[in-house]
Amino acid sequence: MIENSQAFQEALVALDKVQADSLFQEALKDAKPIQVVEQLVVPALEQIGEQWQKGDLALSQIYMSGRFCEELVERVLPPSDPDRKHQPRSAMVVLNDFHMLGKRIVYSVMRASGFEMFDYGRMDVAQVIERAKQDRIKVLMISVLMLPSALKVREVSDALGDDVKILVGGAPFLFDDQLWKDVGADAMGRNATDAINVVETWMREQSL
Amino acid sequence: MSTTTMNSMQRTLTTLGHQEPDRVPFFLLTTMHGAKELDVSIEEYFSRADYVVEGQMRMLKKYRRDCLYNFFYGPIETEAWGADVIYAEDGPPNAGQPIIRSMADIDALEAPKISEAPCLQRVLEATRAMKAKVGDTVPIIGVAISPFSLPVMQMGFEGYLDLMHGDQTRFERLMKINEAFSTQWSNAQLEAGATAICYFDPLSSTTNIPRDLYLKTGQQIAKRTIANINGPTATHMAAGRCLPIVDDIAQTGTAVLGVSAWEDLAELKAAASKKLTVLGNLNGIEMRRWTPEQAELEVKRAIAQAGRGGGFILSDNHGEIPWQVPEDVLLAIADAVERWGCYPLDWIDDEAETLFA
Repeated sequence: MIENSQAFQEALVALDKVQADSLFQEALKDAKPIQVVEQLVVPALEQIGEQWQKGDLALSQIYMSGRFCEELVERVLPPSDPDRKHQPRSAMVVLNDFHMLGKRIVYSVMRASGFEMFDYGRMDVAQVIERAKQDRIKVLMISVLMLPSALKVREVSDALGDDVKILVGGAPFLFDDQLWKDVGADAMGRNATDAINVVETWMREQSL
Repeated sequence: MSTTTMNSMQRTLTTLGHQEPDRVPFFLLTTMHGAKELDVSIEEYFSRADYVVEGQMRMLKKYRRDCLYNFFYGPIETEAWGADVIYAEDGPPNAGQPIIRSMADIDALEAPKISEAPCLQRVLEATRAMKAKVGDTVPIIGVAISPFSLPVMQMGFEGYLDLMHGDQTRFERLMKINEAFSTQWSNAQLEAGATAICYFDPLSSTTNIPRDLYLKTGQQIAKRTIANINGPTATHMAAGRCLPIVDDIAQTGTAVLGVSAWEDLAELKAAASKKLTVLGNLNGIEMRRWTPEQAELEVKRAIAQAGRGGGFILSDNHGEIPWQVPEDVLLAIADAVERWGCYPLDWIDDEAETLFA
């Protein structure tokens, strides 16, 4: 069992890259990279996400820690590494609006947690439907900032049907906790670790 | 219920003085709904100052609100810097590609001249026309994005966070340019007839950056900028949290604080403690699906939490009502303000338990 997760988290929140790197390297002496990710990085990012949700940490701290963890994990667990999770074909997209930070944070945290997924960047409804079908996507994560974009998730969910699980996130869903149901999503994530938990639950429940 | 005896300006000034006016002032910050009034597209509506003036005047009367709002759309400032604006049929225009695409672009960056930016001139023309119509009876709220928050549109949020955490020299240069622009833009609106400037500063919210970073950056920039704005300001967090920094915001010299639906209005009012007037915090996103009954309940709750003693303006929590919020909800909110917002607010004692059960 790797200890120091708390110290690692504190280093991330303080944007102390040297200390976080040092704790990460130290953990690697006694454990395999995937264990370090699961026992050091993921718990720290989970805590950071939860603290943001409670209003105790800021978005900039989540963004910077997610980015930094992504770099650390990339070094020891490249995308093709077989130890990366066996997961459903997944993609992440910013639907219809132009605010990319939320997706970037979730993408970083998920990759830092061992997930791989397509990054579709910003797309409109028709583009994301076409691309998701082409890539045979099973889990589609949609990020939005604007209410009109959130309402467009309905068009995506109607077009992709039950074969694709849709996980939504972003400010409109945080301000109205019924909205994800109104637009036909299968779940909403309040933060990046929520997204991980939802996808892992779907993997367990439905063998996606 | 007692009848009102003050005009909108008197009502607003009284509450800003932390005294109870005749009724809780009501700043319904509708922008795009003016296009519905005129039955034109959002793009067409914002293309003409006279449309915006007409829309604002109709909404002033229809919703019995206590302000006019010269805000066209968020990216109008970056439009002046050369960025594209992307219109939607059912929502606010978005900023297109950032004008700063690499950090090195900051080295050669120059602010636009307000007199040479047609989009900003349109806002000033609308402001002058509104002032001619209402004189000093209704506050006209102008808008400037804070120098600290503007780069989110100028260079994208990610790029800006990277700059802030990685290139202090260019960050400071960008702030210097933006501070000069924001001050000039604010003062031009005041000269055109705006009563006050809504200083939109969501990046300073504790939702977005930690307090210690705010104290080193957003707060210092706000102090310098607000000191050079020749009129009162209302700092707005555009739905971000701010409870831990209420005192810090008060030190910037601002008079009003626009707050989030994520925080408790009573706690915010207590924290503002006569240093700031609280503006908020009806949930604009949920408002889309409120019934008239729920709208009334939400108005009562907000007034019960923050109305007593003045120092409170009822508004939404973001600074812009979403296009999808139906007219009957807005009318129900307006009715509820008239019904429950008249001072003294004695009904609160009888209903507090039910309201917050």
